[in-house]
Amino acid sequence: MLLVVGLITADLQWNNFQRSRAVLDIVVSPIYWVADLPTRLAEWTQTHVQSRARLLEENARLRRENLVLQGRSLQMASLQAENVRLRELLNSSALPRHDVLVAELIGVSPDPARHQLVLNKGTQDEVFIGQPLIDARGLLGQVVEVSGGSSRALLITDATHSVPVQVNRNGVRAIAEGSGTLGSLDVHHVSATTDIVKGDLLVTSGLGNRFPVGYPVAVVSEIERDPGEAFVRIRAVPTAALDRSRHVLLVFTAQPAQKQ
Amino acid sequence: MADGGAQGYGVILLTFLCACLLAVLPLPQWLLWARPEWVALALVYWVIALPHRVGIATAFALGVGLDMLEGALLGQNAFALVVVATLSLTLYQRLRVYSLWQQSAVVFVLIGINQLICQWVQNLQGVGAQSLLFLLPALTSALLWPVVLQVLRSLRRGYQVS
Repeated sequence: MLLVVGLITADLQWNNFQRSRAVLDIVVSPIYWVADLPTRLAEWTQTHVQSRARLLEENARLRRENLVLQGRSLQMASLQAENVRLRELLNSSALPRHDVLVAELIGVSPDPARHQLVLNKGTQDEVFIGQPLIDARGLLGQVVEVSGGSSRALLITDATHSVPVQVNRNGVRAIAEGSGTLGSLDVHHVSATTDIVKGDLLVTSGLGNRFPVGYPVAVVSEIERDPGEAFVRIRAVPTAALDRSRHVLLVFTAQPAQKQ
Repeated sequence: MADGGAQGYGVILLTFLCACLLAVLPLPQWLLWARPEWVALALVYWVIALPHRVGIATAFALGVGLDMLEGALLGQNAFALVVVATLSLTLYQRLRVYSLWQQSAVVFVLIGINQLICQWVQNLQGVGAQSLLFLLPALTSALLWPVVLQVLRSLRRGYQVS
């Protein structure tokens, strides 16, 4: 009995169990993989049993979308070069480049109070603790545990997670904390006189060196101004599809060469 | 006469593995809070059926395994399952002669205690359910107890585990 209490307090106070967890994860990931099989089977049958007409239509739609996206990114190269030149003019350091790695979800933490995902990439793919996770629409979270072939990531809506954000419109800085419920973030300690309105897009501010700057995080959905309280209560809805993404992107930040 | 100790334990281990699998099976969002505590149910059955075989040490090992699976604080489920196992060990003689519904009621209380302990440990970390919804698994587990009882009992008799 004492052993158990000791174990709990030990894990709570120190992070010693990180490495043993990484090793023991080898036992744990097969279970997740097996539990994932029914979903995979359903998806496989769905993709392989589609009518030809639907497939042709989807193909055409994807080609059009691809064309639009390529058109938009044509200017990227010149814009990036211009950005570097302008920053040099201002004597500020260049923005680092980002590379992404596609990872697939193999499990979700079964405890509904904890928002954790299990991914199929680990130290073999150079995933590290603290690595940011994004999907096509916004920030998802960060990696908290890594083992050989799999890793665990914490979502931004988990109650123990916070993201430094800024309002896209005017650069006002705040911290968006997870509320414990999927689909909602709380922004705490914003004073009543701050310029923030419903519908504002919150993006990562890059402060704290954890998340790269500029990724969309959430959209403000509710602002409660109570004249009796010092701060306003702001609720925001994450832009990423937290409960629907199957494929996620792990962001690698390439450090730029240091200027002297 | 029993078929030998090793085979018996293999069956028990297999049932625990299946329980772990069911515990992580992806469920749709609206069903997430209603997931029964499969591992605790299996533990309660085996402790009642074979108290000399499955005891506190098994509960502890099972709890640590479940913690790693869930990504919970190491020791959270271990603590809860050890408490459940201790209570089952003190009550097993009475539980064996209860009717099915009385057993379900006791299982409800046992799993309720399991959920409560997990909730306390989670609150130490700052995570945890905001409402009384965390007790819903206790209800669903108690409702599923008769099914679990029959399945595991037929397994035990079929393979002559003792």
